[in-house]
Amino acid sequence: MSEEYNIVIVGAGPAGLAAATTASKYTNKILIVDENIKPGGQLSKQTHKFFGSKNHYASVRGVNICNILLDGLSKEKVCFRPETSAIGFYKPDTLIIQDKEGLHKIKGNKFIFATGAIENMVSFENNDLPGVYGAGAMQTLMNLYGVKPAEKVLMLGAGNIGLIVSYQLMQAGVEIMGVVEASPFIGGYHVHAAKLRRMGVPILTSHTVKGVYGDGKVEKAIIHKLGGGFEPLHGTEKTIEIDTLCLAVGLTPSVELLHQAGCNIKFIKELSGYVSVHDDMMETNIPGVFVAGDASGVEEASAAMLEGNMAGLKAAYDIEGFNRSVFLNEKEIVEFELKSLRTGPFCERAQAGKKRLMVEER
Amino acid sequence: MKDDQIIICRCEDGTLADVKDAIHRLGLRSVEEIKRVKRFGMGHCQGKTCGKLISQIISRELNISYEDMAPATTRQPAKAVSVKEFASYQEGN
Repeated sequence: MSEEYNIVIVGAGPAGLAAATTASKYTNKILIVDENIKPGGQLSKQTHKFFGSKNHYASVRGVNICNILLDGLSKEKVCFRPETSAIGFYKPDTLIIQDKEGLHKIKGNKFIFATGAIENMVSFENNDLPGVYGAGAMQTLMNLYGVKPAEKVLMLGAGNIGLIVSYQLMQAGVEIMGVVEASPFIGGYHVHAAKLRRMGVPILTSHTVKGVYGDGKVEKAIIHKLGGGFEPLHGTEKTIEIDTLCLAVGLTPSVELLHQAGCNIKFIKELSGYVSVHDDMMETNIPGVFVAGDASGVEEASAAMLEGNMAGLKAAYDIEGFNRSVFLNEKEIVEFELKSLRTGPFCERAQAGKKRLMVEER
Repeated sequence: MKDDQIIICRCEDGTLADVKDAIHRLGLRSVEEIKRVKRFGMGHCQGKTCGKLISQIISRELNISYEDMAPATTRQPAKAVSVKEFASYQEGN
C-alpha cells in the first residue's frame, strides 16, 4: 500500500511551512517533503532581520522565523521527510518521491507545491570558470556551513539578494570589490545599498561583466559600461582583480512539477518567468492542486508565508468542511495582510503581475 | 564578445555560438526545437539553467516577444533518477 495523506506539501521553505502551520489547525495527516537536509528553505540561511510590520515577522532574523514556524508544527499532524525529492506528479492524487531508499508512491487528497525558485544564470565570457558562484551557494557556504567562500568578490546584481549577500560576505571577512548592476537603478532597498556604500563599496549601475579570466580559476573580471539600450560602450572596460564572481541576477519560479501535471503555465515578466495560473486562494486550474511562494511568482519570504497560509487554509477547508465563518474570517485576515504587504513601492511589480495572472485567466 | 567562450547549457556544453548557429544556420525557432536537435536542456539540470537564457537569445536574435514563446515540454522525472532506482521500484513500495 502506498502512503496516504490529506495534504502533501512539496518544499519546506517559508511557503511550505506556513501552509502546514495553517492546515494543521484544521486537519491532520500532512506530509512535507524537501530535498534538503534541514527544513526552512532560504530562511535557514537568512541571518538578516526582516522588514515590514510585526505581523510579517519584522525585525526577526530569517533563521529564527524558520525556527518559530518549525516549533509551531504538531508532530502528530505533520510529518516531515528531509532529503526527499518530488520527481513526478500524476494528477489527481499521486506524487512520486525519491529518497535514499529509492522511489516511492505517495497518495494525497490535496497538494501544495511550494517549490521555490532557481537562480538565474548570465552569459559572459568564461562563465564556466571555477570561481563563478550563485549568491545562494555563497550564502549556504557562509551561513549554513560556516565556510568563508572567497577572499575578493565582485557581486553582479544590486537587487536585495546581491546587496544583502555582499554585506554578509563582508561580515564573514570577505572583501567586496564592488557591486555591478546592468540596469540604471539599484533594484534593492535603499537601506541595504546605503549600508554597503557607507563601508566604501562602490555600486556601479549601468555596468555589467564582460567576462572573467584566469588560469583555471577566476583571477580577474572585466566590466564595462552599458548604454541606454543595454549595449556595451566601447572603451569603458575596467579590470578588477578578484577570486570570485558572485551572481545575484534574479530568480525563476520552479514550476516543472505543475507544468508536467498539466497546470496552465503562463509567462509573466513581473513574476520572473513562467508561473502556474492560480486563483485568489492559490488553487491552480487543477482542483486540489495549489501553488505558494516563489513558485507562484518571485516575491519575498513574507509574501510566500502568507500565500502558504492561504493555500493551507483552503486545502484544509476543502477536506474538513469546518465552520464557514471561521474559514471566511481567516481568509479575510490573510488577504488583508497580503494586500498591506504588497502596497509598498517595491511591490508594485509583483502586484501587477499577480493581477495579470489571476484576472486574465479566470 | 567571444561567443564560443560563453556557456549557455552547462550540462551539454553548449555555447552561445552553438545556440546562434542553431537559430541562424539550422533555422530552429524555439527552446523546444533547440532542445530536440542540440540536446540543450536535456542534461542533468533539465533546462533549469539554460532554458531562460535560450529564450532570451531566441527573443533577441529573431525579435520575437519573450511572452509569446511557449515553454519547452517538461517531463518526469523532475530530478535525475538512476536506472537502478527505476529498476528496483516495486508497486506498493
